[in-house]
Amino acid sequence: MASQVMTNLDPKSRAAAKGLSDLTIRNLFIIPTIAFLIIFNIFPLLYSLAYSFTDFRASTNAPANFVGLQNYRDLLSDPFIWKNFSITAKYVLISVTGQVLVGFGLAMLLNRSIPAKGLITTLLLLPMMLSMAVVGLFWKLLYDPNFGIINYFLGLDKFEWLADPDVALYAIAIVDIWMWAPFVMLLSLAGLSAVPKHLYEAAEIDRASGIYTFFRITLPLVAPILMIAIIFRTMEAFKTFDLAYVLSSQPTTELIAIRLYKMAFQEWQTGMSSAFAYIVLIMVVAITNIYVKYLNKVKAR
Amino acid sequence: MAGVRTPREILTNRVAIVAVFVALAIMLTPIYWIASTSFKPRNLATTIPPTVVFEPTVSPFVKLFTKRSQLREQPTQEEYDAAPWWEQMVFDGGEKVVRNRRSGEVTMSGYGDRFTNSLIISIVSTVLAVSMGTLTAYGFSRFKVAGEDDWLFFILSTRMLPPVVVAIPMFLMYRVVGLNDTHLGLIILYTAFNLSFAVWIMKGFIDEIPREYEEAALVDGYTRMQAFFKVVLPEALTGMAATAVFCFITAWNEYAFALIMTNRNAQTAPPYIPSQVGSGLPDWTVIAAGTLLFLIPVAIFTFLLRNHLLRGMSFGAIRK
Repeated sequence: MASQVMTNLDPKSRAAAKGLSDLTIRNLFIIPTIAFLIIFNIFPLLYSLAYSFTDFRASTNAPANFVGLQNYRDLLSDPFIWKNFSITAKYVLISVTGQVLVGFGLAMLLNRSIPAKGLITTLLLLPMMLSMAVVGLFWKLLYDPNFGIINYFLGLDKFEWLADPDVALYAIAIVDIWMWAPFVMLLSLAGLSAVPKHLYEAAEIDRASGIYTFFRITLPLVAPILMIAIIFRTMEAFKTFDLAYVLSSQPTTELIAIRLYKMAFQEWQTGMSSAFAYIVLIMVVAITNIYVKYLNKVKAR
Repeated sequence: MAGVRTPREILTNRVAIVAVFVALAIMLTPIYWIASTSFKPRNLATTIPPTVVFEPTVSPFVKLFTKRSQLREQPTQEEYDAAPWWEQMVFDGGEKVVRNRRSGEVTMSGYGDRFTNSLIISIVSTVLAVSMGTLTAYGFSRFKVAGEDDWLFFILSTRMLPPVVVAIPMFLMYRVVGLNDTHLGLIILYTAFNLSFAVWIMKGFIDEIPREYEEAALVDGYTRMQAFFKVVLPEALTGMAATAVFCFITAWNEYAFALIMTNRNAQTAPPYIPSQVGSGLPDWTVIAAGTLLFLIPVAIFTFLLRNHLLRGMSFGAIRK
């Protein structure tokens, strides 16, 4: 991609002689987008960086006082915040592991000739296109201890999925797995279909066992694409807000994004929440960086 | 996998096919349950064992769009007979439709307005994001840009920001300029969010259009601008359509920004629907009806998009 020959920005080119020069067109096409993103994404972040050093509260008219690094110090030494981080870590682990197992499993099952395969694949992908908040909400009915169909089908009598503080996080993760395992499946299928058939044939001639073939051929070749799926889902799970917010208000399911929301828009600790947002931001940018490196690596192949 | 198959392979294949159908049934059950609940009378929505076979009714949809109150006393036979069919349905459920005292007009619930808001905001932000994104993608695809990879990373990273993180300063800034709870406010946020995605995806599509096409047009005396609009754009149309559908779905489904930035005037359906559950015993048939109507556009679009899903979900990194 990078080695591609680029059009030279020659002001005396034939096209430039008549219309706008290539340089003008390039700037005309690119600068508005960059400007838009700087104004509506970067400038607000600078704005909140400034607030993160103050005790500002958006609910009062009191002027903001500069407090230096106090907010950051308070946050990093607050055991409750660490609790939110550990809940989030647990949630990410459960939900991403679940998605990889289910999604990759489905892809392995689908990677053969099956009647109406295209239709089945599209239907399986449907959950990930739906709104997490709206469909997630409906799971409240499915999880209902008295008349939910989940308890009915699993034969669990009045099992409290969302009201039990120890179970609620798993219940949310299950919905997330339902929605996003198809995403892992989609990427895995692409990876599986790219494995050259002759490798399997060679393995068969060598009488390699199924397990051996899987670990020595399938998995290593699918790994890069699977890795993209894992990093992307990790990033998204880390940011989870909608699903957990509509499904549960348990303290045991208070993910970072929910804590941040409450701090900013219910407790109106604007300065403190800006500082918190920055701590989260740095973590997200770090994961994004890894993600993009991987994207480019796979793209280059 | 061609070739001779052992009985063992055939058996594995059959087991796999059965497993696929079982998985499909499980994955689609929640969606089926939404659809089925939205046609149930209220008393059948929460039964044990679950009601699967029932006589469908559209009363949840009637209730979805109207404001209702509990019936204090039964309507007289005359009142009942005079009411249109949909009002009788509400009577049957032990409620009555709220009407304006003077004009007798039916008071609508908030759903219709929220649905319209969702449509306006999603469509406008999609058009903006795709048009700007296509131009920018062309710029990056065809011209030398110093630090190109860094700019592209910057563009993508704006999409990865958690909504709540961006929402804190945006809320304060919007408050200053009066954009909180306005359509324009959400349109700007969704455009910014989708723009980065559109640039990445469209760059992939435009990279695939051979540059010889434009060069031939330039030789024929087109200006670069004409070559872009008359040669490149028609070739990029499929890609733009797929990108637009993705942007639409993202804006349509968005929850966090809408929850924080709107409360009434410009509120979209995603924050509205959960707000109707409230406390006590919610009427799940009405929620299901609202959810179903909200999901239908996305379901249709998913089918139209089916060949581009992989590309869209991987930001254009993986193509078929």
